[in-house]
Amino acid sequence: MLRYLIQRLLMAIPTLIGVTVLVFTAIRLVPGDSITAMLGTEAGLLTQTQRAALESYFGLDKGPVQQYFSWIGNVFRGDLGYSVRLGEPVGDLILRRFPVTLQLALMSVMIAIVVGVPLGISSAIYRDSAIDLTGRLFALIGLAAPNFLVATVLIYVLSVYFGILPNAGNFTRFTDDPVRNLSQMIFPALTLGLAFSASIMRTTRSAMLEVLGMDYIRTARSKGLREKIVISRHAFRNALIPVVTLTGIEFSYLLGGTVIIEQIFALPGLGRLTLNAIAQRDYALIQGVTLFIACNVVIINLLVDIGYAIIDPRISYADGS
Amino acid sequence: MMQMSRVVALAAAVLLMVGMVQSGPVSAQDSNTLIMARAVDATGLDPHTQTAFASIRLTELIYEPLVNTNENLEVVPALAESWEFSDDGLALTFTLREGVTFHDGSDFTSADVVASLERILDEETGSATRSNLLSITSIDAPDDLTVVLGLSLPDVPLVTALASANAAILSADVIESGDPSVDAIGTGPFVLDSWTPEEQTLLSANENWWGDGPNVDGIEIRIIPDESTIMAALRAGEIDFALLNDPLIATLPTDGTDVVINRAPDIAYHVLQLRAMDIPADPGTPSAVDNPLSVLEVRQAMSCAIDRQAVIDSAALGEGQVTGPLTIPSFAMPTDQLFCYEQDVDRARELMEAAGYADGFELTVIVAAAEPPTALREAETIQAQLQEINISIEIEPLELSVYVDRWLAGDFDAAIALNGGRADPYTMYARYWEIGAQFGNVAGYIDDTLDELMKSGQTETDPAARAEIFNQFETHLTETSPWIWLYTRFLYTGQQSYVEGFVPNPTGSLVSLSQVSINR
Repeated sequence: MLRYLIQRLLMAIPTLIGVTVLVFTAIRLVPGDSITAMLGTEAGLLTQTQRAALESYFGLDKGPVQQYFSWIGNVFRGDLGYSVRLGEPVGDLILRRFPVTLQLALMSVMIAIVVGVPLGISSAIYRDSAIDLTGRLFALIGLAAPNFLVATVLIYVLSVYFGILPNAGNFTRFTDDPVRNLSQMIFPALTLGLAFSASIMRTTRSAMLEVLGMDYIRTARSKGLREKIVISRHAFRNALIPVVTLTGIEFSYLLGGTVIIEQIFALPGLGRLTLNAIAQRDYALIQGVTLFIACNVVIINLLVDIGYAIIDPRISYADGS
Repeated sequence: MMQMSRVVALAAAVLLMVGMVQSGPVSAQDSNTLIMARAVDATGLDPHTQTAFASIRLTELIYEPLVNTNENLEVVPALAESWEFSDDGLALTFTLREGVTFHDGSDFTSADVVASLERILDEETGSATRSNLLSITSIDAPDDLTVVLGLSLPDVPLVTALASANAAILSADVIESGDPSVDAIGTGPFVLDSWTPEEQTLLSANENWWGDGPNVDGIEIRIIPDESTIMAALRAGEIDFALLNDPLIATLPTDGTDVVINRAPDIAYHVLQLRAMDIPADPGTPSAVDNPLSVLEVRQAMSCAIDRQAVIDSAALGEGQVTGPLTIPSFAMPTDQLFCYEQDVDRARELMEAAGYADGFELTVIVAAAEPPTALREAETIQAQLQEINISIEIEPLELSVYVDRWLAGDFDAAIALNGGRADPYTMYARYWEIGAQFGNVAGYIDDTLDELMKSGQTETDPAARAEIFNQFETHLTETSPWIWLYTRFLYTGQQSYVEGFVPNPTGSLVSLSQVSINR
């Protein structure tokens, strides 16, 4: 197992380097640079000398190849670079923003599982009943309603009918004031969790239906096992694999930051950091954040694989298989 | 099941949330600190290089220039108490305010003015404002409270050009041994306590400010990226004051609340820029572009075919005023005196026929997505209107940075733009309409009349004669129609009714926040 883990992590290095090269190239191919992003049309008033001075200020005076190697060299030394625009090391910026995104992702996934899994199981067990139909309708709405709409409606209802808005740009971190923080995070988490619980519900339902049709379930039932045991021990456990896969994918997606939800609910997360970095052509920041997100994806994929082994003993990663 | 503990945690969270809902509005702002929200944050703190409006809205609270412009766009004293041109107009003398101190306690003297202006003029600084100050040939400080600028020509608009946070006075010590992009030490009404980019900025009142005020203890600026959320926060009473940009948001009903929306006319203008000529950098010979826009009658026809009020109505819900090139109230001519400001499609068709384009042509218009928020809708309205004279418009929406790049390179046939205004018509248009102007190729049109009018407008010292020159300038511009000026928008601020004393300024300046008080 340990050998497998080390192998997987080593295999991730070329992937990560590939990601950095890709992002580095892509962001420089996009028209516009840090100077026009900062000055807008006023950039046209600069003389050649002025422009050169600003290029050196932003570190754009070196060739792209040289820029890349000096950056990647620093990354191996644990330094993700420096955002000239924000006057802060990229690492510090990520460390300040990531907890917000991580908390939002955890809360929405939790909501999604708590709502989606029981709904999916009951839908499968009571197939075509009123419960099933309600569950399916919920899933349909959850998948069809875009989260920016849900978010806007939530904010409208809160502010107009209740006269409150838990986060009016005064976001509080969990460590500073957990109560306030949770009151600010619950609505964005519900918005994201709603859509995700719908897909979890549907996946759980179809996986359960498939498993419930298997021979060994009939065997288990004919042995006289109680239905509760059949469902929870025999059926649900085997139906979990696709749900875990889906959760892993969704979780790593959420950890990349949820730009729209962070914009609407004014959360200082990774998504907004990235969006503004791109708009402002803050190259060091874009590269740092992308590398960080790519690492997250690698780690979560690994965790999902480990999760498979725990759920299904037949899956084993010993001996490098 | 294994999720049990999570279920409990979640249930607890929901209960807490419900508890907060039931305890009623969370009014954290019972203090005397003004809580202000806006969608976009500053991109940096160095007042000399940060030209974006979002940055100036912060730096102008911390720093002060020698002079400011008031709500009527008149130049008023700031760090200079008075100023005077010499008889030949080649020297401009500023008498500085006495007893002013920087936020670090050091005294403000003429040495700080000299160091600041020299920093702007130093090309290594990269300050775009330098281009407005090029007539300065020498900067002298005969004593602690006097600064004399030697000029290469009687540069009348120079005083207005200095009325900007981009020409703010920094401490000579910071320029010498500090970093102005980090050490925000000014003389202004507010002191910067902390700046957490894209989250929050904390300012406290400068107790030693020379002026009357501030009347609040400080300002907490919060960044709420979505303007409809800002509006919701206003309604919920969570914030005291907000900057709004999108007319669709600012005109949402606020009845039943204490929210007040202030509207002030802006001096920036919405315009359809056409390019009739390619104008090489450094005095070269302009050449007509290879498309119908090079023909005078075609441009005039387009001007006649466009119903400017309809553009305002459909793109901005009627929130704006039809404008000619000059948006400064003291210079602007009544629009009925300008060429074809009343839509006249018949005349437009005649002009198209005279130009040999009765069958029309195709034209691509570049538009920046969401900047301004009305841009795309303006393009669509104009597209429909010009179809009447067989001009078929293709709209090319671009991301802002890409748009700016293409715009600066003059790489377009036509563009929907929102161009910034200045308190002086010369400073506003010299960059476009002088021979050899930096934005000559962006303007895409030049003739000797424009160049002469600009140059005499710069050096004419008699106000009446100067107004006459700019009348001719405006008349000539609309007749030759290199661009089609459309309208000026409103600048919006939203606030609770208990916030008193804010005076909206056509430049968008927030300097009057120093006079605001909170009377709950």
